[in-house]
Amino acid sequence: MKPRQQRLLAVGLAAAGLLIATALTLKAFQKNMMFYIEIADVVAGNVPDDRNFRVGGLVLEGSVEKTPGTLETRFTLTDLANELPVSYTGVLPDLFREGQGIIAHGRLDAQGRFVADTVLAKHDENYMPPEVAESLKQHAAAKSAARDAAAVQE
Amino acid sequence: MIPEIGHFALVLALSLALCQGVLPLVGAHRNNAALMAVARPAANGQFVFVLIAFASLAASFLQSDFSVLYVANNSQLALPAIYKFSAVWGAHEGSLLLWALILCGWTAAVARFSRDLPEAFSSRVIAVLGLLSCGFLLFMLLTSNPFERIFPAPADGVDLNPLLQDPGLAYHPPVLYTGYVGFAVAFAFAVAAMLSGNLDRAWARWTRPWTIWAWCFLSVGIALGSWWSYYELGWGGWWFWDPVENASFMPWLVGTALIHSLAVTEKRGLFKSWTLLLAIAAFSLSLLGTFLVRSGVLVSVHAFATDPARGLFILMFLGVVIGGALTLYTLRAHTLDSDAGFKPLSRELFLLLNNVLLVVAAALILMGTLAPLAVEATGGGKISVGPSWYEFAFAIPMLPLLFLIGIGMHTAWRHQPQRGLWRQVKWPAAIALVAGVAVPVLVYGGSGLLVIVGSIAAFWIISASLVYPIRSWRRAPGTPGITRAAAGMAIAHFGVGLFVLGVTVVSAFGVEDDLRLAPGEPVEVAGYRFEMQGLANVEGPNYRAVEAEVEIRKGGEYVATVRPQERTYLVQQNPMTEAGIDAGWNRDLFVALGQPLGDGTWSVRLQYKPLIRFIWFGAVIMAIGGAVAASDRRYRLYAEARQGQAAAAEEPA
Repeated sequence: MKPRQQRLLAVGLAAAGLLIATALTLKAFQKNMMFYIEIADVVAGNVPDDRNFRVGGLVLEGSVEKTPGTLETRFTLTDLANELPVSYTGVLPDLFREGQGIIAHGRLDAQGRFVADTVLAKHDENYMPPEVAESLKQHAAAKSAARDAAAVQE
Repeated sequence: MIPEIGHFALVLALSLALCQGVLPLVGAHRNNAALMAVARPAANGQFVFVLIAFASLAASFLQSDFSVLYVANNSQLALPAIYKFSAVWGAHEGSLLLWALILCGWTAAVARFSRDLPEAFSSRVIAVLGLLSCGFLLFMLLTSNPFERIFPAPADGVDLNPLLQDPGLAYHPPVLYTGYVGFAVAFAFAVAAMLSGNLDRAWARWTRPWTIWAWCFLSVGIALGSWWSYYELGWGGWWFWDPVENASFMPWLVGTALIHSLAVTEKRGLFKSWTLLLAIAAFSLSLLGTFLVRSGVLVSVHAFATDPARGLFILMFLGVVIGGALTLYTLRAHTLDSDAGFKPLSRELFLLLNNVLLVVAAALILMGTLAPLAVEATGGGKISVGPSWYEFAFAIPMLPLLFLIGIGMHTAWRHQPQRGLWRQVKWPAAIALVAGVAVPVLVYGGSGLLVIVGSIAAFWIISASLVYPIRSWRRAPGTPGITRAAAGMAIAHFGVGLFVLGVTVVSAFGVEDDLRLAPGEPVEVAGYRFEMQGLANVEGPNYRAVEAEVEIRKGGEYVATVRPQERTYLVQQNPMTEAGIDAGWNRDLFVALGQPLGDGTWSVRLQYKPLIRFIWFGAVIMAIGGAVAASDRRYRLYAEARQGQAAAAEEPA
């Protein structure tokens, strides 16, 4: 083959490969991407019902209970303003504990309980998942603003 | 005192790096021998000073000098000495120092082994490496000084992250970085070729061994990281498509494409501008990986130290390096074209396909890694991309590639007659079909489209790569045997086959189960019976642990006893799971403790992982193949020939 044809062949193959790969992967991408959803939205029911999503927050102090005889753990996830009951069956990560920031993957059941199939706690005691940190900051700011407003009214 | 020496040595290294980066470039441009002669001594001097800095930091760690902030943050009196040493690169500042040291090491090696190259060319290569080193040393001195002091010094340090207290930390980062940074040499060769406007087959021959060595280190480094996360993170997976893993995998894919494309450039003088582009891309992806890991823009288990200022610096550095190289490329690449051609059925075609598929795979992974950033930036919400997408997307370019490997290996350069090709591959094809179906069905008792396809691909590559070695072994006495380059290729592809077999079998037949394990109540997973024999408290040097004794039996016969631990590190009060693993060549049995459920009962994660060792073993064999190919005689012969020529030229006529 002459160089011109060679280049054409190379470009053609690359383009065809990329096209097929892009088409297939974009389709798969839509199916597989997981949204992070604020607890407030989850509680309000604004969640995708056909697929898993992620929620994050603090494990509420005193909320962790094991179901005897099984590996099920139930706890409450909070963003300091809203609370979401969560159930998870399996081995929890080492750093899962009350007061810790965690992220869970799963979906809502009919009773509004979040059934997690994965629970992630980062391997650093002071670590806060960025999504959780952001939503906590917003709620804390909202609370203090409300307090200030109340103080002004008094 | 010692930390100040280290700090001072870094500043001196930066000054030398500046000289090394600027003077030889000017010298090569003006053909000034004196300026070009600066390159080698400057490179050696820089290496010595960075080594002094590194030794100072190591000394501060070994003496537990907690007046150094970095030491106080990453060490502790009771930390075992080996971890005090490996803690040098346990966090951000020190790992940059290791990076700089390795870059200087590669540069010194180039200075040492490039004496037979034209002076102007080797000066340019060393100068480009010097400029890269400037960037890293500046980065360290401006944003991440490992020698920063803290007054008053704390009485004890806050300990090394427990995850990193493992021999894995001692060997995984240095090997991985050696690979990562090694692509800087290929990059420097590419930039030097573009600066001189002269890219011939000799250029490819000089670049090839360096690139292959870097690729070998990167392969082993990635495999070590995968093995480490398997036994240390307690999850029992071997690859998570985590952004940081992707950051090391993308340069590997592009680097693999590069070593194949270099073969075409050396043998046939083709694909020149494409090879340059790959050399630029491989190193740019290494830098991008550093940016992703160090800036904290992506959430990842590895991103333990993050800081926006650092991210900004690396982003700017990335812009200068990639922008500069690509500008040079647009100016010069069109002057490098060649006129040779090739027939449709030839080795060139298969190497072209190899390159296209590998680059598509790297592009897909890049897309998955950056998609969360892009979606969030455009207001689409916070998303994450799961492993199942990566597995699917990666398989699209890889499956055809696996089948093409076996044919490509047996195709001649320029033109391959069809009938000869069939004679070469009919036996491997037959073996692949039989073994590929028989192994999953007879050994593991299962089938399925993906399993059969994966297993046929694995046996196809394994048997196809054995054709040359077998023929060489059975050759008539007196005829030449297989060359090192061909042997290296066969070994590396054999490793690919083992790897594919391991991945296929462990994905299809591996079993993972979270269960309750109570004393006297054995549970069964994948035909193995796990029984809790007892629990004991164990004291480590800087941790307390609960250790379980779990006996494993199969069909009543004793197999092994494993002792998984749940550790609590005393300083940081972090719990850590230490898995109990019974490793065999054909399967691993894996027990990790979860939480205590009362009465000596624990939640445990039990796993059966058939052929998982083939994954890491295959990667190591690939690297061995690379090493065999890179030590081929012709690279040395060429050097000797040139020296001979030079000696002949010096003799008076």
